[in-house]
Amino acid sequence: MSGKMSGKMSGNMNASAGSMGGNNRIFVIGCVGVLLAAIALMAGVKIDYVFNASFVVLQFVVLASAWNILGGYAGYVNFGTSAFFAMGGYSALFMIKAFNAPLLVQILVAACVAGLLGLGVGLISLRLRGIFFSIATVAVAIILETVILNTEYFGGAKGLQMMRPEPMAPFESYDKMLFFVMILMAITAVAISRYIERSWIGRGLRAIKDNEEAAECVGVPTLKLKLIATVVSGALMGAAGAPLVMYMRFIEPVSAFSLNYSVSALAMPIIGGTSSWIGPVIGALLLGSVQQIVTVTISSELNVLIVGVLLVFFVVVAPDGILGLVRKLRAKGGTSGAAGSAKGGAK
Amino acid sequence: MFSWDLLIGALVFGLLLGCFYAAVSIGLSVSFGLLDVPHIAHPSFLVMGGYATWWLGGYGWDPILAGLFLAPVFFVLGVVMYRIYYATFERHGSDTGLRGLAFFFGIAFIIEVCLILAFGVDQRLVEAVYIGKSIDFTDDLRIPMRLLVAFAAALLLTIGLTLYLGKTYMGRAIKAVAQDQIALSLMGADPVRVKQWAFGIATAVTAIAGALLIIIGPVDPQLGRIYIGRTFCVVVLAGLGSMSGTLVAGLILGVTETIVLTFFGASWAPAVAFGLLLVMLGVRPQGLFGR
Amino acid sequence: MKDTSTKSITRRKFVAAAGAVSASAALPSTAWAQGAPIKIGLSIAQTGGLGAGGKAALLGQQMWRDDVNARGGILGRKVELIVYDDQSSPATTPGIYTKLLDVDKVDLLIAPYGTNPTAPIMPLVKQRGLLLMGNFSFEVNDRIQHDMWFNNSPWNDSVTWFTGFMELGMKRGAKTIAFLYADAEFSQSLATGAKNLAKHNGLTTLYDQKYPPNTTEFSSMIRSIKATKPDIVFVASYPGESVAIVRAVNEIGIGSSVKLFGGGMVGLQFAPIMESLGSQLNGIVNYNSYVPEKTLDFPGLKDFLARYAVKAKAEKVDPLGFYLPPFNYAIGQMLEAAIIATKGLDQKALAKYMRETEHKTIVGPIKFQRSGEWANARVLMVQFTGIKDKDIEQFRQPGKQVILSPAPYKSGELRFPFEKARN
Repeated sequence: MSGKMSGKMSGNMNASAGSMGGNNRIFVIGCVGVLLAAIALMAGVKIDYVFNASFVVLQFVVLASAWNILGGYAGYVNFGTSAFFAMGGYSALFMIKAFNAPLLVQILVAACVAGLLGLGVGLISLRLRGIFFSIATVAVAIILETVILNTEYFGGAKGLQMMRPEPMAPFESYDKMLFFVMILMAITAVAISRYIERSWIGRGLRAIKDNEEAAECVGVPTLKLKLIATVVSGALMGAAGAPLVMYMRFIEPVSAFSLNYSVSALAMPIIGGTSSWIGPVIGALLLGSVQQIVTVTISSELNVLIVGVLLVFFVVVAPDGILGLVRKLRAKGGTSGAAGSAKGGAK
Repeated sequence: MFSWDLLIGALVFGLLLGCFYAAVSIGLSVSFGLLDVPHIAHPSFLVMGGYATWWLGGYGWDPILAGLFLAPVFFVLGVVMYRIYYATFERHGSDTGLRGLAFFFGIAFIIEVCLILAFGVDQRLVEAVYIGKSIDFTDDLRIPMRLLVAFAAALLLTIGLTLYLGKTYMGRAIKAVAQDQIALSLMGADPVRVKQWAFGIATAVTAIAGALLIIIGPVDPQLGRIYIGRTFCVVVLAGLGSMSGTLVAGLILGVTETIVLTFFGASWAPAVAFGLLLVMLGVRPQGLFGR
Repeated sequence: MKDTSTKSITRRKFVAAAGAVSASAALPSTAWAQGAPIKIGLSIAQTGGLGAGGKAALLGQQMWRDDVNARGGILGRKVELIVYDDQSSPATTPGIYTKLLDVDKVDLLIAPYGTNPTAPIMPLVKQRGLLLMGNFSFEVNDRIQHDMWFNNSPWNDSVTWFTGFMELGMKRGAKTIAFLYADAEFSQSLATGAKNLAKHNGLTTLYDQKYPPNTTEFSSMIRSIKATKPDIVFVASYPGESVAIVRAVNEIGIGSSVKLFGGGMVGLQFAPIMESLGSQLNGIVNYNSYVPEKTLDFPGLKDFLARYAVKAKAEKVDPLGFYLPPFNYAIGQMLEAAIIATKGLDQKALAKYMRETEHKTIVGPIKFQRSGEWANARVLMVQFTGIKDKDIEQFRQPGKQVILSPAPYKSGELRFPFEKARN
């Protein structure tokens, strides 16, 4: 996200496709920087809670980025994030119970299962658009929750407690290890979301969002594109859910399928801005941190209230999210692109 | 454990419950079905109606009476809501899908928290002469009066709305605005005013349905989340904007739920209701009585 | 670019440092420090499904804290409670307890109220080797087997729970039983144990139905139960459903065959629900932890409840407070005695004391078995008798909730069949 392109971004769908070599380099350096920062943090800080809380925020970075691939770029609003997320968690549980598989394998399997679920949802989107698609995703979530509730193998309603294994070699604690895994996943998710945004896939998805019939008429392979989007988005959500079992040391259907995941995954990109990969990241870091802080400071009724009020506020006052606000400010303040590009690169 | 007796019982209770489902969905059938407003907050208004009924009940009001009294209040609320929605989204004709959904989602959450802050998390119930009693047909078939009250109210609401939309000038205008806004404005009616009136009606009806909600069972601030599924299921099943369709769809949902519950186990009931919805969306997205 | 990444480090570090500073400011060293408060950390539901009970329970703990501090604290140190709201969800508790331990540096932990929010904490405390005082959870230590867990609730497992109930029916010649229970953790565990025990004792199960949480309409299920004509109906449900079930039974009727109805209905112990159901409760036999019968009294209990009633009014929580608050006060009493006896906060020493001692509390003497549950369970089976509508004060009198079991506390005989006992 540099100042050069953002000026043209609004309204012009093809602008962001101008991904220059320099831009990519900045992004890669940024990712490496974040990773190094994370490693430094792990080396320097002893308090597990920092990693425990950051894990949750990063988890939302993945969920929001994944949601945005389908919701933000293609305009298909998924209300069923929790279904993908929980299926990831339960796939991991299955791998633990059946094969005692390591975390990496759990994550891969979770991504595959959720990706398949995404394929199914993608097929639904063949016939359903707009709010009908959204309702269908809610239906998928509730049906899956009922199935899990009635499956004794997964502990049913009672859930299953799990002891954490010893953390692997370089990590001092399991919280740190989970944190590291999640930051890798977050970087991956953001990179994928950025790649999609800037490639032909993103262009096609935006064409679908603008006018699906028209896109089809001019030869955009809408079906293929939608399936790519649902599968990738679903797989990322599932991967984010995989560490849930070991993070909580417990899994049960009601909290795994909690509506809160679905709402946050939708609210965060909207607050950040849906048009670009950085929007969900900003939204997730902001809202996720606020939620974590509120949980351990003031009453948690406010937790839900904050999500609601921010959502309505941004939708009404700043329809393009924080990203849109920044752009507007910059357009007003003339060409002060330098400060903006540094800010954008930090993520 | 099949028996004809149980089947008849399931059908009777399913029909009664189905009417109740229709009643809680019919407001949505107007706001979403006819006006295309993605009113995810509809169930929250329902719960709010339930709480308002409970609050008035504290002063000795009968729930039905309270619902009728609340209807005009909710009407105003609905008009205000629509004004905000219109000013923010529809006027610009922009990407209403995503943002509209997000807007109402946010409203739903705000209502939920405000209810918690105002009334706490406890479940609330109301008392009335027809709650906790039953009409005994035989010793085996005793029907709770609260279900009968909900049944009657749902029928009256549906018939009333159907007549209103079919026979009155404003009603016809509402139906017209759903089909062709431009034609309507050519006829000299202001589509925005018509829609805001319709949204007011939809919200007013929801107040009465909220009273029915708390007559049927206890209400807590988060109950709305469950009804998101049920109400949208009914409206989609019906085909958008069909009032009589809403009644039929409610009955289908009610009967299916009760039959599954009686013969296959209650734990599968919610999934089957949604399965029905998914099948419907896949096979006939325009609904049973779609336009 | 380099510039920005250091920026993000500083910000993160700042957060961490801020936490460390505040912790160290409050507690100069983790070692014994004269005068620094003893910090007890917990999360308790103040919102969500368990919120109503959680608020009343917390008041019980706060009253203990105030009492202790009024006496000058424990071993000269004041007691401080650090409390967070877990929203009744197990998703929030791992983070909260990690914060309590790592950032707030609490000395002792009390578990969240309820089974589900507690479940993720059990592996955590086991791995870190910490003492955890349970708060009305059910069979939560079954899988983990942590030997430093001590639960305050007067039951231990589904066997002792269900036995008292079942025997009431079997003594009156019951041969058949119907089960109705919520598809959620506590009710499912209870029903599973109950079903095995019923089978073992030769009871025939005629009906076995689990229903999804938050079901509001039970007419059809009650009708189905009625059609099977059972002798006993065992119900394990949560507050909202309990209300709906009682109503449906009142309307549909349960049939003349039923001798015994109830058993595991959560919610019928909460004052607002008891008040609004009123006479519809009559005849139901349900579990409880305390009722004001003459056969059940312990030193300090009446005094506690009287003081509680005053505070509850101001705080707008459950005005009776029979069910949870005294047992929450008892958690504090047990901790207090253990700290004094072991002269310190060593977790292992405290746990050893907890395990080996018979504790004197306002809810009677408590002795723990290996699993950390009560060695001598005291699940009261109580029959609602002569309840009138819209009267909260009636529940403070004896004779309204008659204790049928266990035998030492028995204050009356079962009135049956159920339909007759309702009038």
